[in-house]
Amino acid sequence: MIETNKAETSKAEALAISGLNCFYGEVQVLYGLDLALNKGEVLCLFGRNGAGKTTTLKAIMGLVPASAGSISLAGKELTGLPAHEVPKAGVAYVPQGRRLFAEMTVAENIEIGLMARGKGKATKEQVLDLFPLLRQRLRQRSGTLSGGEQQMLAMARALCLEPQVLLLDEPTEGLMPSMIGKIRETVSKLREMGVSTILVEQRVDAVLSVADRVCFIENGRNRETVEVEELRADPSAVRRYVGVG
Amino acid sequence: MHFGPHLLLATLEGLVTSAVLALTALGLSLVFGVMRVVNVAHGEFFMLGAVLAWAITTAISGHPALGFLAALVIAPLIVGAIALVAERLVLRRLNYNPEATIVATIGMLYIIQQLALTFYGPEARPVEPPFSYRILLPWFGYSGYKLSIIAASALLLIATWLVLTRTKIGLIMRATQYDSETAQAFGIPVGRVYGGVFALGAMLAAIAAVLIVPISQAHYLMGQDPLLLSFIVVIIGGLGSLRGTVVAAVLIGLSDGIISMFFSPTLAKIIATLLVAMVLVFRPQGLFGTAAR
Repeated sequence: MIETNKAETSKAEALAISGLNCFYGEVQVLYGLDLALNKGEVLCLFGRNGAGKTTTLKAIMGLVPASAGSISLAGKELTGLPAHEVPKAGVAYVPQGRRLFAEMTVAENIEIGLMARGKGKATKEQVLDLFPLLRQRLRQRSGTLSGGEQQMLAMARALCLEPQVLLLDEPTEGLMPSMIGKIRETVSKLREMGVSTILVEQRVDAVLSVADRVCFIENGRNRETVEVEELRADPSAVRRYVGVG
Repeated sequence: MHFGPHLLLATLEGLVTSAVLALTALGLSLVFGVMRVVNVAHGEFFMLGAVLAWAITTAISGHPALGFLAALVIAPLIVGAIALVAERLVLRRLNYNPEATIVATIGMLYIIQQLALTFYGPEARPVEPPFSYRILLPWFGYSGYKLSIIAASALLLIATWLVLTRTKIGLIMRATQYDSETAQAFGIPVGRVYGGVFALGAMLAAIAAVLIVPISQAHYLMGQDPLLLSFIVVIIGGLGSLRGTVVAAVLIGLSDGIISMFFSPTLAKIIATLLVAMVLVFRPQGLFGTAAR
């Protein structure tokens, strides 16, 4: 499914954003945002509510149009592509609040994930190996799963696209601590498999435990990007941009 | 005639109404369920189906069944193509905005109606049924063609249900219905799905019209009643719910048939309208619909 090639390509760029401007109607939300995601790394977007983190992910997916700037995936321009072409290019999105097709079964949600890009049964089996609990729930309506199981399904559905880049929007929101641990474990496992991840997260502990680098976003602008070790040694940036820590 | 046979006759008439109504309302329900567009022009697609059925059966000589079968295939295809063009030219440009599309489809209603008046004329014209076999029951004889309408409608409803629940196309349509933004994030071309669903909705109305036109007549104003009844069915059944549409169509069709025969058609309409009012007050999502998320 996902090749383990982190070591040889760790410095290559998986996704690059430059000068990105986005609007919701008349209101500008992103102001010349620049971002670089290296292959096989977990980059965390960190900032207050309304800073523009979710909008950045939606802009990458083509769900919010970019009025200026560029987004490229391993050199291939994504800007201007219709939203339904972006997942086919190799970007998968796990939205905030999971947004499963709640009336559909677990199997049908996975089927939706496989439609655009996956290799059918083989991909499905590999994804279910990552989330074995879902194997027992295939015929269950996804809206009846627990919060943690729903998050696993949302990630499984996205991984069915065999993405080069995975966008995770607050995957630990509202979950029990044991489930949060499992989600972190999965993100780390995906990094080992060479998947590059942009993670939007509000919890400092979650950021420190899984991210390689942290990009602070404030008022639609990227302010500072630091290695997670630097942040551990000096967490003042967290206080500066988010007001906690 | 005794009460029992009288009731049986009323029930059969009601089932014929239900069968046609279920197909027409299903088209309206699919369009609203998937696209969130209230298609006020839906009745005109029904009318176009009947008018085209007249044109096709008139153009094809020979056994009436030949012309009817041709109409059953060609009329819905033409109506579907017209609906697709209307969707591309009008609804897509309005970005499927719910309020704007109501006004736009009202405009489409008048354009289609007036075009039919211009080119087809104000007369009501009959279409010959494909066969005129009568089934002789101990109490009365009943049109075999009318029973075939019920059977054809049931087959089409089952086929639609199978497509929606067992095929990839159905999965795509349902995903678009539940969450169009997430559907796009999984490679589903929502714009194309909308075009297909709008055409499919219009085709279902056209098929219903071709089925009913041999026992009614083709007329340029004949779309008004099916539109009103379809809205009643869809509101009672729950928008976007196939099961609800069928149950509500049977309920409305049967009550229409039975009450019209024993009391008066006006009373049947009053009861249907009261039922809608009660559903809107006590269960706004309809009998089988899900509450808005």
